[in-house]
Amino acid sequence: MHSKEMLRFIAESLVDQTDKVQINEVQGERALVLELQVADEDMGKVIGRNGRVIQAIRTVSKAAAIRDGKKIHVEVVD
Amino acid sequence: MRSVEKTGRTVEEAIQEALNELGIERDEAEIVVLEEGSKGLFGLLRGRSARVRVGLKADLAAAKSGDRSATAASEEEARRLDDLRNAAIERGREFLVGVLERLGITAGIEIREDDDIVYMNVTGADLGILIGRKGQTLDSVQYLVNIVANRQGGVRVRIVIDAEGYRERREQFLRGLAMRMAERVRRRGRRVVLEPMSALERRVVHMALKDEEDLTTFSEGKEPYRRVVIVRKRPLVRDENV
Repeated sequence: MHSKEMLRFIAESLVDQTDKVQINEVQGERALVLELQVADEDMGKVIGRNGRVIQAIRTVSKAAAIRDGKKIHVEVVD
Repeated sequence: MRSVEKTGRTVEEAIQEALNELGIERDEAEIVVLEEGSKGLFGLLRGRSARVRVGLKADLAAAKSGDRSATAASEEEARRLDDLRNAAIERGREFLVGVLERLGITAGIEIREDDDIVYMNVTGADLGILIGRKGQTLDSVQYLVNIVANRQGGVRVRIVIDAEGYRERREQFLRGLAMRMAERVRRRGRRVVLEPMSALERRVVHMALKDEEDLTTFSEGKEPYRRVVIVRKRPLVRDENV
């Protein structure tokens, strides 16, 4: 799935502990939810001040989702 | 990195002053005592003051090798910064390539530098998916590329990502829009509120109208619905008009 691939690529480019990046797919009511998990120390790097980074991650992942023909939603979970 | 020479009553004082000026710690510093200094005799004769030269360790190492030491050291420093900068640009470019791949875009990237800003223009067909609605995807990609490029410290590069000149065209459109709306405000005397825009786009509008003396622009509302408002300046009330 292109959107999941994209999400993984971006997350791994931002964090220190790339081996701790995990993405789970959960089928939501309106969209496929991609749950992003990273090491505690890397949380700030994927969220960013005022959530700016995660917002950018969402936008770019959604662009990739257009190729999948799917609606997705990205959430960060701990 | 430069080195400084300082004098003081004692060697210790001179060193402290130099460290403060350079803003470095003692263990990072290479310290050369040029003159020990001596106390005056019972305070009657003036002592000689102490003189030291302090710099960053690596720089002074280069400085030992002769006369043009200072230039050699600064050239080396410039090269080091250049390498860091190029590495940062390369990290940004690689990340951009990765994003394009995953968007299914086969495109080229032209890179040019101007005024310390690095422009990466993506060239190819069907870049709509990269640009997104009102350039939102492009802005997000740009934001992330800058973070990835600057993740390792040392230098800061500013990277602007464009897609087939989209930003340039959009900027021209926004400037034209600003001018047309300004005319409308003048004709009808009422404020005009533009559609929501990103901070970068609002800036273009503000800049386009900053020299119009009879008008003022400001932004209102919360992100991401913040909009530019154009209004007529209230005419100055002069005494003879009262």
